[in-house]
Amino acid sequence: MENNLLKQHLEGLLPEAVFAENKQYTEVLVPSDKLHAFCERLKASPELQFDYLISLTAVDWTDHFMLVCHITSTAFRHVLVVKSRIDDKEKPVADTLSDVWKTAEFHEREVYDLFGIRFRNHPDLRRLFLDDDYGFPLRKDFTDETRMIVK
Amino acid sequence: MQEEIIKNIILGEEEDYLINVGPQHPSTHGVLRFEVSLQGETIKKVVPHCGYIHRGIEKMCERDTYPQIIHLTDRMDYLSAHMNNEAVCLCVEKAMEVEVPERVTHVRTMLDELTRIASHQLWWCAMGMDMGALTTFFYGLRDREHILDIFEESFGTRLIQSVNTPGGLMQDIHPGFQKRVKEFISYFRKKLPEYDQLLTDNVIFRERSEGIAPLSREDAIQYGVTGPSGRASGFSCDVRKSEPYGIYKKLNFKEILRTEGDTLARYKVRIGEMYESMNILEQLVDNIPEGDYTAKMKAVLRLPVGEFFQRVETSRGELGVYIVSDGNKTPYRVKFRAPNFSNLFVISKLAPGYKIADLIAISGSLDLVIPDIDR
Repeated sequence: MENNLLKQHLEGLLPEAVFAENKQYTEVLVPSDKLHAFCERLKASPELQFDYLISLTAVDWTDHFMLVCHITSTAFRHVLVVKSRIDDKEKPVADTLSDVWKTAEFHEREVYDLFGIRFRNHPDLRRLFLDDDYGFPLRKDFTDETRMIVK
Repeated sequence: MQEEIIKNIILGEEEDYLINVGPQHPSTHGVLRFEVSLQGETIKKVVPHCGYIHRGIEKMCERDTYPQIIHLTDRMDYLSAHMNNEAVCLCVEKAMEVEVPERVTHVRTMLDELTRIASHQLWWCAMGMDMGALTTFFYGLRDREHILDIFEESFGTRLIQSVNTPGGLMQDIHPGFQKRVKEFISYFRKKLPEYDQLLTDNVIFRERSEGIAPLSREDAIQYGVTGPSGRASGFSCDVRKSEPYGIYKKLNFKEILRTEGDTLARYKVRIGEMYESMNILEQLVDNIPEGDYTAKMKAVLRLPVGEFFQRVETSRGELGVYIVSDGNKTPYRVKFRAPNFSNLFVISKLAPGYKIADLIAISGSLDLVIPDIDR
């Protein structure tokens, strides 16, 4: 789908959505309390049909976290980047997307494991790779003097 | 039928029996543990536990420069090492807007397909062996050796090539590369039908794979199952078709799709892909363009500030590389969307209702490489 047409559809779904500059894909920033409802609508909308979540991850920008989802439609092949800002660094929480796309359940477990972001209503939020007391290694302030070489 | 079995099992819920398959079990092909709840021989629930070989590659990437990252990606899915390298290279090249010589994209695509065949050969060996047919292991490895010899002759490495670098290849291909590839294709065209005679048409194999653990197209999309496992369910997920990179746009090849979605379909898609990869190689081998094997690159690579995403089809599915750059020589954040990561978790959906021996066949047909899950 054309970039402009896609933007028009998205504005119709969520007027608060902010579009960002991205050379490759259309990128949209969504308030974190609207993320779940927005994603549900993206999937259900017959013109968009975003039914396949490619990847869900987070980025630590030291003063806030950014959730980044790459989603696509198996029917139309257009790709969309959905971002959501989490401001609370002490107890970061986001709504789970696992009821929209099942694969998000495991991507979210990975994000929880490596960033410590909790997901509300997640069916099985356990650590995926690391021990319970390990800390959250992909946070920028993480250090592990015994096992990590810090340059 | 599956629902009925599950219903029967739930009636006797207190009697389930818990066993661990792995972490050191030959059929898990790596260090992975399945926590299996059984009733009798029937599986009630499968919970995969991973993280035994988590090395924190994404964290290490934040410390390393872009040419260094490439050597870490080899160690994710070591059987599609070349595609993993290529994914990072394509992402860096796209970000820096580097024009890569035609020879490089051409050779990269050929190496992609050789790697894909080698990977599917090893999967075929292991799949047969998991199900008790040891002979397949010798047949498959015998043929895979020819591909590894081609790699060794050109680059000096066999399993993981590490020959890609942002802008091109580390070194040119060996003068005998074309001849060796042609020899391999004519050799393997004769040998591949043997695979069907040996395993595909075997009665025991058929009984254990036909109709076992079917995955619907909707579930494949929901769980993000890509690669041959997804295509066996009719989920058209080939990145080579949907977002072509390299020279796949100019090539003429089929995306192997099946609709049954069972263990046998996943098996047949991979066999079909080996034929298809040979077709691609035949289109490429005679017209490798002359030219440089690398573009002129700066000594220190700095990506412009921004975010870049590259999708590549590895032998197991869709690999996504997501690089966030803040303008330094090391990336701010790297995320690998590993194909096996999503393919693994569908097993808790597929296995319940089937026998414990089927679990081995199902996980074999998903073709998991564990370092790619743990990263």
